[in-house]
Amino acid sequence: MGVIEKAFYSPAGKALSAKAGLKEPPRLRRGRTWPQGALVLATLGGGTIAADALSLLGRATEAPVVDDQPDTPAGYGSRIGALVVDATELTTVAALEDLRAVLRPAVRAIEPSGRIVILARAEQDGWEAKAVTRALDGINRTVGKELRKGATATLVYVDADATAGDLVSTLGFVLQGRSAFVDGQAWRVSAAAQRPQAMEDRPLDGRVIVVTGAARGIGAAIARTLARDGAIIVAVDIPPAGESLAAVANEVGGTALQLDITAADAGATIAAHVAARGESIYGIVHNAGITRDKMLVNTDASRWGSVLDVNLAAQIRMNEVLLDPGTPGGIADGGRIVGIASTSGLAGNKGQTNYAASKAGVAGLVAAMAPDLASRSITANAVAPGFIETDMTARIPFVQREVFRRSNSLSQGGQPEDVAEAIGYLLDPRSQGVTGQVVRVCGQNLVGA
Amino acid sequence: MTHNAVVVGGNRTPFAKAGGPLAQASNHDLLTAALDGLVARYGLSGARIGEVAAGAVLKHPKDFNLTREAVLSSALDPSTPACDLQQACGTGLEATIYIANKIALGQIDSGISGGTDSTSDAPITVSDPLRRALLAANAAKTAPQRLKALSRIRPAHLKPQAPSVTEPRTGLSMGEHQALTAERWGISREDQDEIAAASHHKLAAAWEDGFFDDLVTPYLGLARDAILRADTSVDKLAKLRPVFGGPGGTMTAGNSTALSDGAATALLANEDWAREHHLPVLAKVVDAEVAAVDHPGGDDLLLGPVAAAGRMLSRRGLTLDDFALIEIHEAFASTVLTTLEAWKSEEYCRSLGLDGALGTIDRSILNVTGSSLAAGHPFAATGARIVPTLAKLLHQRGPGSKGLISMCAAGGQGVVAILEAV
Repeated sequence: MGVIEKAFYSPAGKALSAKAGLKEPPRLRRGRTWPQGALVLATLGGGTIAADALSLLGRATEAPVVDDQPDTPAGYGSRIGALVVDATELTTVAALEDLRAVLRPAVRAIEPSGRIVILARAEQDGWEAKAVTRALDGINRTVGKELRKGATATLVYVDADATAGDLVSTLGFVLQGRSAFVDGQAWRVSAAAQRPQAMEDRPLDGRVIVVTGAARGIGAAIARTLARDGAIIVAVDIPPAGESLAAVANEVGGTALQLDITAADAGATIAAHVAARGESIYGIVHNAGITRDKMLVNTDASRWGSVLDVNLAAQIRMNEVLLDPGTPGGIADGGRIVGIASTSGLAGNKGQTNYAASKAGVAGLVAAMAPDLASRSITANAVAPGFIETDMTARIPFVQREVFRRSNSLSQGGQPEDVAEAIGYLLDPRSQGVTGQVVRVCGQNLVGA
Repeated sequence: MTHNAVVVGGNRTPFAKAGGPLAQASNHDLLTAALDGLVARYGLSGARIGEVAAGAVLKHPKDFNLTREAVLSSALDPSTPACDLQQACGTGLEATIYIANKIALGQIDSGISGGTDSTSDAPITVSDPLRRALLAANAAKTAPQRLKALSRIRPAHLKPQAPSVTEPRTGLSMGEHQALTAERWGISREDQDEIAAASHHKLAAAWEDGFFDDLVTPYLGLARDAILRADTSVDKLAKLRPVFGGPGGTMTAGNSTALSDGAATALLANEDWAREHHLPVLAKVVDAEVAAVDHPGGDDLLLGPVAAAGRMLSRRGLTLDDFALIEIHEAFASTVLTTLEAWKSEEYCRSLGLDGALGTIDRSILNVTGSSLAAGHPFAATGARIVPTLAKLLHQRGPGSKGLISMCAAGGQGVVAILEAV
């Protein structure tokens, strides 16, 4: 910790920064925890999917307070834990008023780390309905920015033929502490004929999941979180990282595979490792990645090539081998592929053309793979971390780092486990209806998100 | 269930020169690291293994239960039993034989053999007179008796005694013994330097190929063997001055193994058990033998393995031609060369009571991924380095491929074993 950083975190420094308007960042609710206060369900129209999904989750709901008296703003008597709005039948501009009327009291009463969740139709017919669908996105993003003390907003687009069983893992993730650093986001749940079942605490029990770059940082957190959820971890990293890789593998009771993922036979080596143990792969998390930051004017072919090869080309090569049904130890039908994109890729980031290319490429890759793999019930998704507290980001100069930390709606950096939890959600067998999506784990970055 | 003892795989730390990157690690640390890498490779975290047998040549008194303590520090189930074995440089191989024999007898289904040595953290002891005086003082019942005991201590007694690698019965160091052997057998400096250069080149090539990716786990930031010099050559080695055998000697620091730090382990199992547990089955342990020579009576100290190999091959009805690969531990380049000469010598082999010469081998099957000259030689670890390396190489060559291991050890002993790919 440098001198400036020490001074900043000293009592005097904290007092000074508080006077300057820098608030102490809220402590986020994490893990498989539910909001403490009441769970309020507002159904705008005749939709039942939210009520059905909450019922599957075993969560009791309360009726919303509606702000419909012009002179006296309505309010809840105490803090509420979450508001879930079923807006799947909302198709007119006029009806947006109904949404405002349930949001206003709830935003005022929401507890720290509470949740506002809006469910909407993914596809609508007609100009006005389509405009309204997009309007909801603007509302969600703005509510996310206005919420305080770690409370977050999420918009879930639900296909018309999706069922409560298809929605349950998503709604559970969003309401639980696992989604602590996911804010102001929208993604889509499609129909996948999931049976109407409750969420499980160990949804990955006995499933083999390969995690690349597992020796440290976010990769190690992914291995730990997935192992907590029952997964059998194959921890992969480059041979020089073998010592910490072995420690991670032993901690989670998995196996360590020392491997350079850019090797031509990397996919075959992983498959052989899994096949030798009499197993096949349920999921692979392509977490391994590198940075070689330079302004474009200083970026040579080597910096360009190495980043694109490790972060993007290697996973394309591995996926091709592992998805070949003729590969023993490959990815089985019903499997999961998760890539790691980055907000740097989605928004662009100075000095990271190569990295942004690779990470935006990952988002493009999963979108391209998803429809092609649908017939085998294999999903392909990505998470896009924003500023996450790791050894790598700890090397960023303090002032710059503090600016990055505060440049999101939650005023802090995310933890590696926040990324891991989002990945765990995408890997959940119940998340079958979520594919081709990118979920940002960035606390709603103020730039580019 | 059959009682085939098979090699599943292995794991070792990279090896380093004494005082080098692993200097701060104790035998306990090194062995624990080697075990943990093995556990991670084969998913054995929390598993109870039949037995772990390992040892160290340079051992602190506090390490009386070294292997068991390392097991307790490792990710293995704490109910995994362990024992310490020691047979000088043959320790790692002898421990492998011990575990394989228990598996073959059906006493255990799985076992780990290993060895570790830290020449950086060698035990330093006190002189015998000082020790006797301290013991007497401790046993004394009165203060005057205690003073009297302590008064026997002289300044010279206080000098700490570093361990030496001299043979107690001859007073000669191992290198000095081998220098006599090399001279007797007419081993040239050029041939020795060629063996040494080839060892470095072969080991470097194996590292480049990724051969060791599933045999070595980095430790303390060291990812590759630190003694390895990929760019060495016969010319460079020729410039070194002799360190054994006087000014006209042929043995240098380049063609003798360096004092090393490191640890190695091998995972063995009953073949059926390994298959049931979806573990690799590389090669079975076919046979082993230990022999000794009368070096105080003038025999060549490090040629013990010749008699051992001769008797074992004869018992098995095998000749050197039956082996796809041969590993001769490179204690010194001249040890390898004298062993090859001894195998060829009708007269020497008959003097050992064998039926005749063992024969000659094609050098291309010898130590194909390098050996101790390039990798280093943490005494007790070397056998457990060679066993998984050879098992993997044989497995790559296909079922039935046989390999021979020949290791010399202090005290005029030699340990040999046969592996056969499954």
